[in-house]
Amino acid sequence: MAVTVSIPTILRTHTGGQKTVAATGSTLAEIIDNLEATHGGLKARLVKEGSLHRFVNVYVNDEDVRFSGGLDAKVSDGDTVTILPAVAGG
Amino acid sequence: MQLRRDLVEAIVAHARRDHPDEACGVIAGPAGSDRAERFIPMVNAARSPTFYEFDSTDLLKLYRELEANDEVPVVIYHSHTATEAYPSRTDISLAAEPDAHYVLVSTRDPDDYELRSYRIVDGVVTEEPIDVVES
Repeated sequence: MAVTVSIPTILRTHTGGQKTVAATGSTLAEIIDNLEATHGGLKARLVKEGSLHRFVNVYVNDEDVRFSGGLDAKVSDGDTVTILPAVAGG
Repeated sequence: MQLRRDLVEAIVAHARRDHPDEACGVIAGPAGSDRAERFIPMVNAARSPTFYEFDSTDLLKLYRELEANDEVPVVIYHSHTATEAYPSRTDISLAAEPDAHYVLVSTRDPDDYELRSYRIVDGVVTEEPIDVVES
């Protein structure tokens, strides 16, 4: 399953400046592992202790994966995965 | 950083309206220009006097819209409603737009406001003067 992953500015240091990269996998966890193999360092920015970071939002197409299984969210061929750090503070 | 007076007034008005909860939003501008032009108030999904967070659905919509317009978030603003306009530890640890100007406004004084701007990159805060220009 090939998907397009949209990378936010702050993580483009891991993708040589690229805004979008290709990845394969049938779940978000597999996509992230595949990304880590080609763009080392990304996984630690997204996943902490087996879950998505609280302040990183990941969407499969238009859906926030928090509402569709988190790392177990299903992805299909041609989907777009968008990563956006939360805009948040105190 | 230059900021138009009408945009300063829009930030302060939004902060006053949401006080005592924190208010937040973005001023977008053309990519690469560093010009704050388009005021976009956001909902504080946390509805809290000590925390703000853009709603995740609104966040996706915002970034899609910016991308389509070839814009970037030149300014990311939020209010502090009981403390000074200086980034909190949470602000620093969650800042994720190294190219943005983080503008903070304090509404703790009902008769006056404090508005200051910072770069926040890799946990390092650098204040920058705001040059308010007539619209």
